[in-house]
Amino acid sequence: MEKPTNQRAWWFVAPVVLVVAFSALIPLMTVVNYSVQDILGPEQRVFVGREWYQKVLTDPELHGALLRQLTFSSVVLLTELPLGVMVALCMPLSGAGSSVALVLLGLPLLIPWNVVGTIWQVFARSDIGLGGVLLHRLGFEYNYTADALDAWFTVLVMDIWHWTPLVALLAYAGLRSIPQAYYQAAHIDGASRIAIFRFIELPKLKGVLAIAVLLRFMDSFMIYTEPFVLTGGGPGNSTTFLSQYLARLAVGQFDLGPAAAFSIVYFLVILLFSYVFYSVMTRES
Amino acid sequence: MARLELRDIAHSYQRDADYAVKPVDLVWEDGGAYALLGPSGCGKTTLLGILSGLLHPSRGRVLIDGRDVTALSPRDRNIAQVFQFPVLYDSMSVFDNLAFPLRNRGLGKREVDARVREVAELLDLSAELPLRASGLSGELKQKISLGRGLVRKDVSAILLDEPLTVVDPHLKWQLRRKLVQIHHDLRVTLIYVTHDQTEALTLADQVVVMNAGEVLQRGTPEALFERPEHLFVGHFIGSPGMNSLPCTLSADHVLVADQPVSARPAGTLSGELCVGVRPEFLKLHADATRGGAPVRVIKHRELGGSALFDVQLGPHTLLVKTGPRQAFQVGADCYLEFPVGHTHLYCDGQIVNGVA
Amino acid sequence: MPIWLPIVVLSLYLACSLVPIYWLVGMSLKTNQDILGSFQLLPTRPTFENYLTILTDPDWNQGYINSITYVIINTVISLTVALPAAYAFSRFRFLGDKHLFFWLLTNRMSPPAVFLLPFFQLYSSIGLFDTPWAVALSHTLFTVPLSVWILEGFISGIPREIDETAYLDGYSFWRFFVRIFIPLIRGGIGVTAFFCFMFSWVELLLARTLTSVDAKPIAATMTRTVSAAGMDWGVLAAAGVLTIVPGAIVIGFVRNYIAKGFALGRV
Repeated sequence: MEKPTNQRAWWFVAPVVLVVAFSALIPLMTVVNYSVQDILGPEQRVFVGREWYQKVLTDPELHGALLRQLTFSSVVLLTELPLGVMVALCMPLSGAGSSVALVLLGLPLLIPWNVVGTIWQVFARSDIGLGGVLLHRLGFEYNYTADALDAWFTVLVMDIWHWTPLVALLAYAGLRSIPQAYYQAAHIDGASRIAIFRFIELPKLKGVLAIAVLLRFMDSFMIYTEPFVLTGGGPGNSTTFLSQYLARLAVGQFDLGPAAAFSIVYFLVILLFSYVFYSVMTRES
Repeated sequence: MARLELRDIAHSYQRDADYAVKPVDLVWEDGGAYALLGPSGCGKTTLLGILSGLLHPSRGRVLIDGRDVTALSPRDRNIAQVFQFPVLYDSMSVFDNLAFPLRNRGLGKREVDARVREVAELLDLSAELPLRASGLSGELKQKISLGRGLVRKDVSAILLDEPLTVVDPHLKWQLRRKLVQIHHDLRVTLIYVTHDQTEALTLADQVVVMNAGEVLQRGTPEALFERPEHLFVGHFIGSPGMNSLPCTLSADHVLVADQPVSARPAGTLSGELCVGVRPEFLKLHADATRGGAPVRVIKHRELGGSALFDVQLGPHTLLVKTGPRQAFQVGADCYLEFPVGHTHLYCDGQIVNGVA
Repeated sequence: MPIWLPIVVLSLYLACSLVPIYWLVGMSLKTNQDILGSFQLLPTRPTFENYLTILTDPDWNQGYINSITYVIINTVISLTVALPAAYAFSRFRFLGDKHLFFWLLTNRMSPPAVFLLPFFQLYSSIGLFDTPWAVALSHTLFTVPLSVWILEGFISGIPREIDETAYLDGYSFWRFFVRIFIPLIRGGIGVTAFFCFMFSWVELLLARTLTSVDAKPIAATMTRTVSAAGMDWGVLAAAGVLTIVPGAIVIGFVRNYIAKGFALGRV
């Protein structure tokens, strides 16, 4: 059945628009405002147009951070999504087991992000942390404060540990929403377990997975607290991602111009990627 | 095409809870079209689940062609089921949907192709074969579901659980007709669950009426109409349903409001007594030449091809259905004949034999 | 596929996932010297002094209440506003619908840090500064779009035929929506409620910036653990543990909604 056109539907969405616009428009205007001005003092502002944008976009540090960020987000997406779906498929459907599993699954999500960074900061230390000590005993030369690759590894494992439950929870709720009748019909049709996954579960999870992809992409692209607490962006700038670059622009300066300009650029980059993901994933409907 | 039998089947969803289906024996002969009729919650879907193998009964055995299949899965019973709302593989085309059960059984490409086209032809789906299943109307989707059941040559029975629920009202009759035609052509045992008596009575050779987990009566639509064995059946079937009036017994007669309406059966009867007679069978007369109880007409409705009269007999009101434009005025006194053979006596809801 | 495989895989995953949490609990029961001094699998000198430090801090208990307050406000607003919108997006076509849908998500595409100053000015100017409402409303910027997105996904999973059937059965729209439809999407509602809670509960930056005394949230205690003597690891860990507890309770609350999923009703 086709979706009927009904302009009265606007009444349904009006509350949402009001609430979100209230929170979004004013900051947006403020930031745009700052991005095109040079604030020399409290009352001294000079319009400089594109100057900040040019300065920021040609900054080689930005390019480095962008590259690192893209790598990070790609690995995150490629790991967390399949892993989360797999975990969701393994979760029990009902009973006490499912309650326990759900609670345990969600625990990493509930920890404030600075504490997450703190945990891993100690945990990954090869002298005083369980994770580091374990790796050391297994024979690995592991030091995340000195070696860039080790730092990357740690940041990635931390993120996967932290956020895979999000994907798993979404996928699990999606799976549980599939009516029993589909499984029954597949059973009658003699479908194998893999066929059930391919032809019933995966198609029905498409919507939920689209959300998961977009969420994880955006959040990983904006990630700040956890890696900052863990590595401070180091060693060197090997784990400095885009948001930390933004923070460096903004901190210690009275002039918010470049930072504001970069905020706009940052936003547009995420917007572009998200739009691509969104279009690809929803083109079938 | 097979003979299905339920022996001493009963089911309750939780231990020690009430039976969702009370102990019952039922046989469905090979090639027949049967309806399971009853209101929501009466247990008909449970019974269907036991038949198809999706539900394991708390008690009793299921036999197909004499073979005990109680432990077998639906797949191994070769049962096909059409659900209340369309259950399709949305990501596949119509062709692939129909082919799915065959491919799962390892049939060759050419065989699959031939069989799918055959079934599509039967269901008027040939034009839709290359289309994606997800965008189609409810009626088409249910046809596809039906097709997935028919596509297997060795299917023993097709079970349908209120399949017309999602079909547009003006298309329902089309699909019903198609079902009748398929049944006629293929002679597949068809078991159709519904709460709509029209569907049941038009589709089925035999109807099983259920209420509150109990099978109340099984028989042809005519038998159910003319001789309801239970008050519930009388009320549920027919539009309007059967009249039921409290009655008493005299030495020779059954009395309603102290008027004799029929001969009484021999023997003593204890329990709540009711007389049941359908509005279609009652006859109104202007005078007392044919006997009959004196009644007063209190309401009159013309329904086009028939007329409905509300008449008052003592403290009771009855409905009488007659041909159109009868000459009885509201407020007039006339005489109501209770026809022999269609006036039934019920004791605690159950019909009493030996009356008429 | 063997029956035990899912259980083994799941158990393995959960076990790995719990290890860092065990470590967190361990840290909360150690003094700073013990944390930083040597590797102790089990705390050799377990102490509750970190917890005592926090729990005897009068700000903490009030902070807990303040935080729970704005989180609940946020979740209620988000769900109330998002449900009708999600229904509309799923069931109808209207002018600008696709763009509006995407625009909602764009509000989550900037780091919250960008909003600190503007929000501070905004909420001060309308007199909501230092109230739970300021935090709750500022959080709606990212919880509402997320709620609409998740709910739309779940609503689209319910066959449209069910809406039609309910109409045929004579239900008025709102009665249908509340009594029939909402139970059908309770999985989605459960997940959404949990995510609103979660994102709002762990957000520290805005919560701290938009409050000062009256509505001070637990974020304040969290970020106060850096002093002249360096980071107070043990206290921070204990604070972390105490923060998980309400979240675990919330999961327990919504698990029924998530796990029960879709039930068309029994006949």
